[in-house]
Amino acid sequence: MKKLLILVGVLLVVHVALLFVHPSGAAVPPTGDTVDVGVVFDLGGRGDKSFNDGAYLGAERAEKELGVRVRFIEPGEGSDRESGLRLLAAEGMDLVIGVGFIFTDDLTQLAKEYPTTRFAGVDYSVATDQDGKVIPPPPNLAALKFREEQGSFLVGALAALVGRSKKVGFVGGMDFPLIQKFEMGYKAGVKKVCPDCEVISQYAGVTPEAFRNPGKGKELALSQYQQGVNVIFHASGSTGLGVFEAARQTGKLAIGVDADQYKEAPGFVLTSMVKGVDNAVFDAIKRVKERRFEGGIYQYGLAENGVGYVYDANNAKLIPADVRARLESLKQDIVAGRIVVPSTR
Amino acid sequence: MILLAFLAQTLRIAIPYLFAAAGGTLSERAGLIALTLEGYMLGGAFCAAVASYQAGSPWIGMLAALAGGGALALLYAVCTIRFRADQVVVGIAINLLAIGLTRFFLRLLFDSSSNSPRVPGFQVEGSGTGFGALLQNPLVWIGLVTVALVTWVLYRTPFGLRVRAVGEHPAAAASVGVPVARVRYLAVAASGMLAGLGGAYLSLDQHQFTDQMTAGRGFIALAAIIFGRWDPRRGALACLLFAAAETLQIRLQGSEALPSQFVEMIPYVLTIVALAGVVGRAVPPAALGKTTTE
Repeated sequence: MKKLLILVGVLLVVHVALLFVHPSGAAVPPTGDTVDVGVVFDLGGRGDKSFNDGAYLGAERAEKELGVRVRFIEPGEGSDRESGLRLLAAEGMDLVIGVGFIFTDDLTQLAKEYPTTRFAGVDYSVATDQDGKVIPPPPNLAALKFREEQGSFLVGALAALVGRSKKVGFVGGMDFPLIQKFEMGYKAGVKKVCPDCEVISQYAGVTPEAFRNPGKGKELALSQYQQGVNVIFHASGSTGLGVFEAARQTGKLAIGVDADQYKEAPGFVLTSMVKGVDNAVFDAIKRVKERRFEGGIYQYGLAENGVGYVYDANNAKLIPADVRARLESLKQDIVAGRIVVPSTR
Repeated sequence: MILLAFLAQTLRIAIPYLFAAAGGTLSERAGLIALTLEGYMLGGAFCAAVASYQAGSPWIGMLAALAGGGALALLYAVCTIRFRADQVVVGIAINLLAIGLTRFFLRLLFDSSSNSPRVPGFQVEGSGTGFGALLQNPLVWIGLVTVALVTWVLYRTPFGLRVRAVGEHPAAAASVGVPVARVRYLAVAASGMLAGLGGAYLSLDQHQFTDQMTAGRGFIALAAIIFGRWDPRRGALACLLFAAAETLQIRLQGSEALPSQFVEMIPYVLTIVALAGVVGRAVPPAALGKTTTE
């Protein structure tokens, strides 16, 4: 019994001692030309046909074209995310990328703990202080942000122009500012081309689980289609798969998000509002490779081709030429700053 | 028209609840907490998707869902009956196991950690949003029949009598020769199979399995069981009530009349109300959750 107590005591002391060991000192400095990149995926992981796959594509391209070494980590549940980032940082990676808004707090914390490691966060949500001023991320952290509202504006205009109905639909995943950006841009786009159109916008929930509830997505979409909506834009991750299913079932149209989602329901996907996550990730890696990486906020909008809508052989027959021309002129207006798209409620 | 659409949507949402609640009632009446419904449903949804994909037939998918849900239930039964582990602890473990196993095999079989490819289901393209589409889905019919069947088994058959006896007073049941453990194994296995069918409805209706696609539906079903005071008929009504609340929430969203969060709370608030004894006393089976009885 006494021995056991001593053993437990010793283990406890060792445990506490280890808590104070700071692994950043042990980080290996970048060796020569090879650049090591670590990527931690968000919920959904690879195969989500959305932004995780986008990040994967970008990193893979960097591997081929720039000759960097990339390691991927796919966390399971919540707490694993932080440990995934920490593991990569402690291993002395040159760049650690967190894919998804959900990494925001962990990245900020780790960037402070490992000041010599470079970090990048896709969809990093920049905090503001009480006066609404932007709190800049740490100097070794690049926030890769997208102007989703601009791309959503264009698909909103498209939905109103081809919808043949005074009602258009929106299905969001989790009801929070990042997704509200899509909603506000979309609404503005609809109103721009059809001031008396009504936008029915609904969310699947208020927790991150709302991004993977296709059953709920299908019900939301069916109820909107039943109310006379002909086109629905979804920004809801896997929940949106239910929206496509509803489009198939009713023979109506849906608009995909993040990546080209045409294959989810061929013939029923009007277009997709795509985010260039692959390019943003590739850019960040390239800047590290060329030794010109800087922290700060990077915005990818229509002007930078960071967002856009899909127009190709698959959906060309759904989009008449005059509609296409109208969209392109709206796009020029946004790029030139003649139209400012709202991003908050 | 609006009323019909409302009813159709309520029924669509209610089907997985009906399956899980009917199964869970059997398990709970036999004295084993049905905390595991969520896990059974997830397992059933996954097995249905995989089998339907491999065999090209949703009917095979349904059989696989029975097997998948039943297997998880047997694991739960072995841990709690044979090894007398705490039901709540094992229940939580089974739910986590279901999440992990489905994700693992999703990765292994389809090289994706979020979605399976498209699988054959019952839904017909272009069938619309009304009752027409609903009635083409055999799982809807099976769900309604299941409720009646469970009620009949529980109240009109010798097996049902035994289930109720071992749930109330296993020692007394054993003293008159009821094989307590065997009755419980059967009741739990049946609960897993039925909840598995509820999961199959989800994945076959979506034509796809999505990681954690049950999204808490098993717990809603458990709430319905409690709200229905462990009676399969009242439980089914509770399922319909919760589904109607969800439909209402979907319809009211964006209308600004009522914050949707309030409507979303309804099932949980009702359960608390039921447990607090406002609508008649909620008396669980006396031996529910007790481990050391034989």
